[in-house]
Amino acid sequence: MQLVLSEDQELLAKTAADFVASRSPVARVRALRDAADPQGFSRPLWKEMAELGWVGIPFPESCGGAGMGFSELAVVLEALGRALAPEPFLSCVALAGQTLLRAGSEAQQRAWLPRLVSGDALLAFANQERESRYDLQRVATSARRQGDGFVLSGEKIAVLDGAGADAYVVAARTSGALSDASGISLFLVPASTPGVRCERQWRVDSRNAAILHFEGARVSQDAVIGREGEGLATLEAVVDLATAALCAEMLGSMSEAFARTLHYLKNRVQFGVPIGSFQALKHRAAQMFVEIELCRSAVMGAVRALDAGDAEARKLVSVAKARCSETAMLVAHEAVQMHGGIGMTDEHEIGFFLKRARVAELTFGDAAWHRARWARLCGY
Amino acid sequence: MADLEAFRSDLQRFLAQNAPDAVRGLVVSAEGDGNWGGRKATYDPLEMKRWLEVMASRGFTAPTWPKEYGGGGLSPEEAKVLRQELAAQRLPPPLIGFGLEMIGPTLLRYGTEAQKRQHIPAIARGEIRWCQGYSEPDSGSDLASLATRAVRRGDHFVVTGTKVWTSYGDLSDWIFALVRTNPNAKKQEGITFLLIDMATPGVSVRPIKLISGKSPFCETRFDEVRVPVANVLGEIDGGWSVAKALLGFERNMIADTFGTVGSARSERRGSRLANLARDHGLGASDALGDAVVRDEIARCEMDERAFALTVQRSRDAARAGHQPGPESSIFKLYGTELNKRRTELSVRIAGPQGLGWEGPGFDDDELLLTRHWLRARGNSIEGGTSEVQLNIIAKRVLGLPD
Repeated sequence: MQLVLSEDQELLAKTAADFVASRSPVARVRALRDAADPQGFSRPLWKEMAELGWVGIPFPESCGGAGMGFSELAVVLEALGRALAPEPFLSCVALAGQTLLRAGSEAQQRAWLPRLVSGDALLAFANQERESRYDLQRVATSARRQGDGFVLSGEKIAVLDGAGADAYVVAARTSGALSDASGISLFLVPASTPGVRCERQWRVDSRNAAILHFEGARVSQDAVIGREGEGLATLEAVVDLATAALCAEMLGSMSEAFARTLHYLKNRVQFGVPIGSFQALKHRAAQMFVEIELCRSAVMGAVRALDAGDAEARKLVSVAKARCSETAMLVAHEAVQMHGGIGMTDEHEIGFFLKRARVAELTFGDAAWHRARWARLCGY
Repeated sequence: MADLEAFRSDLQRFLAQNAPDAVRGLVVSAEGDGNWGGRKATYDPLEMKRWLEVMASRGFTAPTWPKEYGGGGLSPEEAKVLRQELAAQRLPPPLIGFGLEMIGPTLLRYGTEAQKRQHIPAIARGEIRWCQGYSEPDSGSDLASLATRAVRRGDHFVVTGTKVWTSYGDLSDWIFALVRTNPNAKKQEGITFLLIDMATPGVSVRPIKLISGKSPFCETRFDEVRVPVANVLGEIDGGWSVAKALLGFERNMIADTFGTVGSARSERRGSRLANLARDHGLGASDALGDAVVRDEIARCEMDERAFALTVQRSRDAARAGHQPGPESSIFKLYGTELNKRRTELSVRIAGPQGLGWEGPGFDDDELLLTRHWLRARGNSIEGGTSEVQLNIIAKRVLGLPD
């Protein structure tokens, strides 16, 4: 594995950076928040991103994709992260889309993947529950067999981009006890299914997240994705992909928050000098730089290992998420502190970086959780 | 690529025929281990000497240096094949030290033809061992304030002053030193880079004992030592730029030293820290009983892995023809801080068994934990303190104002 961008990846990075600079200022995030936009992102912009080929990056050409990998997706997400762009890459591309690509039947793939890749269909992924935190194995939502189908009952929270999605990939238990590894099945559930109710959540970053209530929702046998009761492996695989993708986004956001802070340190004058001349601030800025560089290496290592199917991939995903979680929070907290009073105001944009960093930190496992996972994977 | 494979099979033949069996499997673990060469060298086992001669005959002690100066004339790709083959056959490096890593590359860049002919082949053959004379008792982080003076007398300089932290000064043959030739110029502009034969009358060396015990460090004194003007490397009063170039080579060496921790290869033997914890009553065969220790071990190992990836990223970028990126500036800073953390954590994991200084009640590995913890305190001081590294990053990389 080579930890250097290829020429194609460099070109992709530049295209994405140019697009973000002209089309997606952070002001867009503020406008969506202030309008209490139920979707939380821009459908037309999502369609444009699909036309640029970004939505289809990790999908095969047979369903309209580019046949590339997460190394390429990471390049785009880093650029989007710099502008806190809230479009639904994690939910549609990494989670639900990759579930269908890896485990879906031919009919399921044909029905959804081309429309997902073209930006016309939105899929979300429902696995987290109130009590489960980051444990993928703990699934209380039940799918009881009834006739030639199943009846779903339970509640999912923090369903990313759940509001306005056309269908959901849902993890539910078809057998076994609460935390058994086996007995978890994945279902493809259209949002219009009777007994499915979606409630928009308002979290600190104002992005689209939802609670899904399943109240006796009937689905047919062919809604099952992959083999009944054996959904955990797919769940783990796609959450790893999404975690790496999120890390790439976080890398972009922390880099931008740091760049803005550095600019402020060089231009803000107090006591007759730029505050960036004070060693108390210089050393903290240098420390942040070091941590961000390490994040960049960890993210590049993780996505390349995932693309290569490397046996180390899971461990590297944990390295990336643990690092990015801590560094994103370090940089965002320091960014507010170093901006001083103006950094505390809603009027200034730096606060948006802090809020997104917090949500990203506590999505797919925080730093301590990933350290525990590393220890488990290393056998101690 | 075909050429590279031809080189590899030729090399495999050469090593099979010439590498002494007695040196196979020798590992360089403790500070100062390995073959450093020089007039005072001792060879253990004796076959190390033959191994050195065999490799030097092909220039493989300094693989990428030009053949005309005793190097191997290899491309970076061929040098990598050489490293791979040595590792695969469990052969130790035939020669290590500051000649190869620091003064050699500097001589190749700044030396006169006569200087190159005099010194570089002797370094590549392991005949002359070098040490570094930079710091002084009153010039630590503020290196440019150095006071060792060199007064011109015809075709000689007369050098008087004291250098400290001259690693292996007691075992070296020559020293490269920074001396003040112009006390009236701005402090960086009156410094000259001088090559000094330590056998010259007036040079004396005294070892320094550290908080960790015996150390490679020495204090080297110069009392009216006569050094030919021909031994100036670079320009008279222009030594500061030579010194900085050499520091760049020194940082590469440090990155090589610390960049291998946390690589996938080093972890394949299982988590050393977790095994240490199990050996000291902190858990059975699977999950460690102490969740806090477990978390600390994971944090340490994961940061080491991220660092190893950063070293790799820097090398991959260099191989792809990119200029060194900002990431390279963090090697000294982060690599040394990591080593401090690991040694510190190891002692706490060992508990009361991490307190041994010498004698009964502790095994050799436990005694080393104590010594390594103490020795590692110096990692973030020697070669530029962590605080100086942060200043450098803030100024050179981030462009923050003075």
